[in-house]
Amino acid sequence: MKGDKKKKIIKTIKIDVDKCTGCRACEVVCSAFHAAPKYSSNNPARSRIRVICDPLTDVYVPVYAGEYTAAECAGRDRYTIDGKEYEECALCRASCPSRDIFKEPDSGLPLKCDMCESDPPLEEPMCVQWCLTDALTYEEREEEVEEEVEREEMEIGLESLANKYGLQKIMDTVARMSMSKKGKDSTAKKED
Amino acid sequence: MRYAETGFNLEVDLTKGSIERVETDPRLTELYLGGLGTNAKILWDRVPPEVEPFSPDNLLIFAAGLLCGTPAIGCNRTIVSTISPQTRLMAFSMMGGFWAPELKYAGYDKVIFRGKSPNLVYLWIHNDKVELRDASHLQGKGAVETEELIRQELKEPKAQVASIGLAGENRVYFASIEQGRSSASRGGIGAVMGDKGLKAIAVRGTEDINIAQPAEFLELCNEVLAYIKFREDKPIPGVMPILAGLGSPQEMKIHDEKWHTESFMWGNSRHRRRDFWTEEVEKEWTETMENVRTRLISCYNCPLKCAATISIPGLPTYMMKCFSKLTYTMAAMSNLDFGLKIAQRATEYGVDAFSAPQVMAFALELYENDILTDDEMPGLPSDNEERFYWLLERIVRREGIGDALANGTYWAAKEIGKGAEAYAHNNIKKHEQMPLKLSMLNPIYFLMYCTGEKINITQIEGQFPQMPFPERKQREEFVKDWIQVPDEKFKQYFLDWELRGENSFPYYPTVEMCCDIVDWQERMHYIDDALGMCAGLSSFPLKPPYHIHNYPKFISLGAGIDMDEGKLTQAAKRYRTLVRAINIRRGMRRKDEKPPENHWKKRFPELETKLLDEYYKLKGWNHEGIPTKESLHELDLDYVSEDFIKRGILTESEDVPSKEASAGKEKD
Repeated sequence: MKGDKKKKIIKTIKIDVDKCTGCRACEVVCSAFHAAPKYSSNNPARSRIRVICDPLTDVYVPVYAGEYTAAECAGRDRYTIDGKEYEECALCRASCPSRDIFKEPDSGLPLKCDMCESDPPLEEPMCVQWCLTDALTYEEREEEVEEEVEREEMEIGLESLANKYGLQKIMDTVARMSMSKKGKDSTAKKED
Repeated sequence: MRYAETGFNLEVDLTKGSIERVETDPRLTELYLGGLGTNAKILWDRVPPEVEPFSPDNLLIFAAGLLCGTPAIGCNRTIVSTISPQTRLMAFSMMGGFWAPELKYAGYDKVIFRGKSPNLVYLWIHNDKVELRDASHLQGKGAVETEELIRQELKEPKAQVASIGLAGENRVYFASIEQGRSSASRGGIGAVMGDKGLKAIAVRGTEDINIAQPAEFLELCNEVLAYIKFREDKPIPGVMPILAGLGSPQEMKIHDEKWHTESFMWGNSRHRRRDFWTEEVEKEWTETMENVRTRLISCYNCPLKCAATISIPGLPTYMMKCFSKLTYTMAAMSNLDFGLKIAQRATEYGVDAFSAPQVMAFALELYENDILTDDEMPGLPSDNEERFYWLLERIVRREGIGDALANGTYWAAKEIGKGAEAYAHNNIKKHEQMPLKLSMLNPIYFLMYCTGEKINITQIEGQFPQMPFPERKQREEFVKDWIQVPDEKFKQYFLDWELRGENSFPYYPTVEMCCDIVDWQERMHYIDDALGMCAGLSSFPLKPPYHIHNYPKFISLGAGIDMDEGKLTQAAKRYRTLVRAINIRRGMRRKDEKPPENHWKKRFPELETKLLDEYYKLKGWNHEGIPTKESLHELDLDYVSEDFIKRGILTESEDVPSKEASAGKEKD
């Protein structure tokens, strides 16, 4: 279904890997900001930004948590940029089974950067505020986009289940659940 | 709930191979804070003076400071404490980097090692899972190399590893503990680690550290960040470039080495080269550095860039910071290219970059003066730079003459004899010092050299400018926004301080002022060492973001301990006095508290006596430097005076010493 043109604010964190010094202040403040209550604890393992870092090969890449993915890539590439070799994973934002970052350490649930959404909104995400070396800078720009039809939460959830188990299996399960619920309801009625 | 700290220590018995998780007493945190403070308490309680440094009963404590792992900017120091084989006193070398916060996230404040492992092992801490693992395959491996190998074999790229090289394994008295860009180098603590059969400690933690008053604490951190920005934009005018900003001296960033190369001594702390820094040298050294320096890098949660990755073609990459840039170069009377190359090997072997070059230059001086001959040094190369490599190889293996030299200049000179002692001329308390030989006595530095129990000048100096500014106007400008002073009187001390005339060295600052200044400077270092704060953001530079006025808030809001300036000053004094008590019990006395004979040409014995007398009084120590019964009582340290009286160090009636103890004794 085609929507109308609409203005949208695109929030961008620009990453300059040459300026990163590997201090991980971004991880510190991200995990503190997202603690509940806010700032009550601190733990980089919960951070939604991680500095992928190998000092001896001079790899320093701050990466933000993006989408969850159920399966890891079948093959992985290596990039050579400016004479330095990067694993594909060093540039990837996915919360993925191949690695332990971007997952809650206790539950394993995926984490995703929300640009420090808060009310009132922050001028810049906390990681950008704490990056005094300017490896991270924040930019907002307006873009015209096709208006999307907002999808319902349930639909998003179902879609991810469908991706994992296949639509047929979900439909079967729903049918089975509804059958068994009916059974229970009728038992309950009898007892009334 | 415990805030800022985890409330648990790991106790590792290397003899038995046992590991225990022990809950700590929160009251001790209130009294001794953490880090150095609680380390001192443990060493006092558990390591009596009869215990030799290489005894299984000596403890080796790795502590994360109280605020490590919180968002407090730059709070990342590991404080390693033990009894030093070199000074035979308490050593408390420290390192920045990433290790201490990781330990906190794993759920521990300290790891305390006792005993000795029969085989080389390493400790792997992964949250609740802690195990000793065989390290026989890592024997002889370099320190940086070991860190990488352990990460690979554990498949934990995010593990932080502290390790020793060959020097530590062979108990070299100036062996370091290395950790990426940082090292705990002074006092030979790497030798104690090697003696215990411990090659490395790897740690990975994914648990939370809690903050008592979250929003307010974060606001404090934001203020510190803002102040760092302000200080970076506004370097202090009128001081040399490396002292104008924050951080540890910015040796990796700044190429101008006029001050170091022309004011510090070369060789075995012997030669001053007043016209060294020519345009050609500047050009060559700048090129050398820029060619090999891949990146300026930081420690955990710190916006400063004090360290650098150094990649020299043909050599493995390593990391460096601070003055180790120049120590090898200057000891060998060579150039920067040589210094950076040999430092790579020295870092892998794990030796202190202050002591090691000095020991080598000392050996070559002995050779030039026929005290060491070809009999002791068979095969010594003729090329000067090759000689340094030759000596390094023998020292870390304790081969031939290297065995004596591996004990540092003080003990080596005793062993070699034949007048060698005169060449071990740059020590305090048996420990090699910065290569400085100056003209006029500096009364402030005199006190710091004498009484600093970290036995390293950079670990007591700071805050107060090293020299007066020539114009009163400059001084007025300087004190305008000097918010860090604990008392307004320090501003006046500085305003009235002149380069020449009545208000200049050695009689100004007056004895009383010097005592105040040194006491303030030392206090800030001791607070840093308990909290785990880097001196580069606090006690070392001029006008730092952390000071006596905001520290109590950090402790109250972060750790939930009710704190104010008075209480913090008292706590710092308490564990500072406890460090002294440990050393007093090991025999340290007034006679040990002196700078190298030739540190200054113009000396003032009467003034020096008065300085020491008055400073001891201010500190609550008697004429011999022993804390008095009254001062110990005021600090809740009655258990110390009881022990002193039992040992005859103090008597019931008067505070006089009656017995000398073991640190005075020579090597058996």
